[in-house]
Amino acid sequence: MRRTRPLSRRRLLLGAGAAGLAACDSSNPHAGFLGAMERFNLRVQSGLLRPGLLAPTEPEGSFTPEEAFPDYFISPTVPLPPPDWALEVGGMVARPRTFTVEDLTRMPRTDLRVRHHCVEGWSAVASWHGVQLRELASIVGADPRAPCLEFRSFDSGYWSTWDRESALHPQSILAYGMNGEPLLPGHGAPLRLYAAVKLGYKMVKYLTEVN
Amino acid sequence: METPDTRSAQPWPIRLTHWANVVLLPIMAASGLQIWVAYPYMGPRGALMKPFPLQGWAPPEWARIGDWLAGARHWHFAFMWLFVLNGLVYVGYLFASGEWRRRLFLPRRDARGALAMAAYYLRLRREPPAPQFYNGLQRLGYTGALSLGALAVLTGAVMYKPVQLQALGWLVGGYEGARLLHSTSLFLLLVFTLGHVVLVAVHPRTVLAMVTGRGQT
Ligand code: HEM
Repeated sequence: MRRTRPLSRRRLLLGAGAAGLAACDSSNPHAGFLGAMERFNLRVQSGLLRPGLLAPTEPEGSFTPEEAFPDYFISPTVPLPPPDWALEVGGMVARPRTFTVEDLTRMPRTDLRVRHHCVEGWSAVASWHGVQLRELASIVGADPRAPCLEFRSFDSGYWSTWDRESALHPQSILAYGMNGEPLLPGHGAPLRLYAAVKLGYKMVKYLTEVN
Repeated sequence: METPDTRSAQPWPIRLTHWANVVLLPIMAASGLQIWVAYPYMGPRGALMKPFPLQGWAPPEWARIGDWLAGARHWHFAFMWLFVLNGLVYVGYLFASGEWRRRLFLPRRDARGALAMAAYYLRLRREPPAPQFYNGLQRLGYTGALSLGALAVLTGAVMYKPVQLQALGWLVGGYEGARLLHSTSLFLLLVFTLGHVVLVAVHPRTVLAMVTGRGQT
């Protein structure tokens, strides 16, 4: 008995090690152990999100120079809007409709000067001007049971989905301006998402559709 | 004199959490380095930190896990919970068992011993200080490593949720401060680990104790 124990323990460890490696596949991180922990993290994140907790406004002096604020897009050249551009809002809403930038500028304006966090690890600061998503949601009569929102763009079909709580955060806006000027094409003209509680890649630019 | 110490030199919770850490810390470090590669600079955009020595540094391929940014983030955010859990079990055990008394560094008790031991290793002193369970230098090293682990976890939490955990972020200089301290804690843990592995190699009986729990350290 005594002699076989270390062996079986070793085999157990080896087995656990092999199973552990198989459960951690970087090319398929939504499965196995990595996937289970991803779902656990999603729960932690929504548990941490406090709608009333605002990101602090950054001091004036912390502005990132315009040319140093990265502008990412996935099309080979800067995407330009079609001439008849308007934002389509649909899905689980009582009054689907379209909005032009003029429509949005007539609505209550929100200005944000918060730190921008990129998934890559950098941060930067600019000010952004636009309309709260929750304002838009009340205008179109969004169904409060809708669990998530889908944002589509004209940048090679780039899109993203958001949880409802993040979208209704007071610092989540549809931005039409940056640093006091209309949005530049590099930064998502004519309309982009901007939010304190999301990473940059979730803030879809060149918006066409919200559902 | 004191009554003889009948405790195990390295009780099993210490051995378990120690060897778990030997697996978990490299996973955290290597996936962290892969994340660093996505933007290998320190300081906010447009205002990079000039004195930081590793601006633009790409760690070697073998020191990275996760293949690319998203893969590495999955590893990092999955294993961080095991790393934290392991640390909590270790600290919980230290205090529940009273083991902290012979393991943690208490400056008034241990500072002189730590200096004496360092002097001995540096050949500035001929005789080692009187043997104890752990000498002052061991206590300093181990308590330092534990504190660095805690610092890595706290600064990591700030980067994980900079808005929700902004109160914690305020303590460490915000997101950019957290990023600097997080990298620094990794660097110092690396320095600790190198010295640690050399010293335990010089004292192989400690390794036996850390594996079997028996014997002297
Ligand atoms: C292959 C790598 C390692 C080996 C062979 C090893 C071996 C050992 C040994 C033999 C001891 C007992 C030393 C003594 O009696 O003074 C020990 C203690 C310790 N090691 Fe390691 N170690 C390794 C890696 C690490 C790493 C990566 C860390 C964390 C950064 C670490 C942190 C500690 C701590 C904190 C203690 C003190 C534990 C306590 O007394 O509560 N070790 N290690």
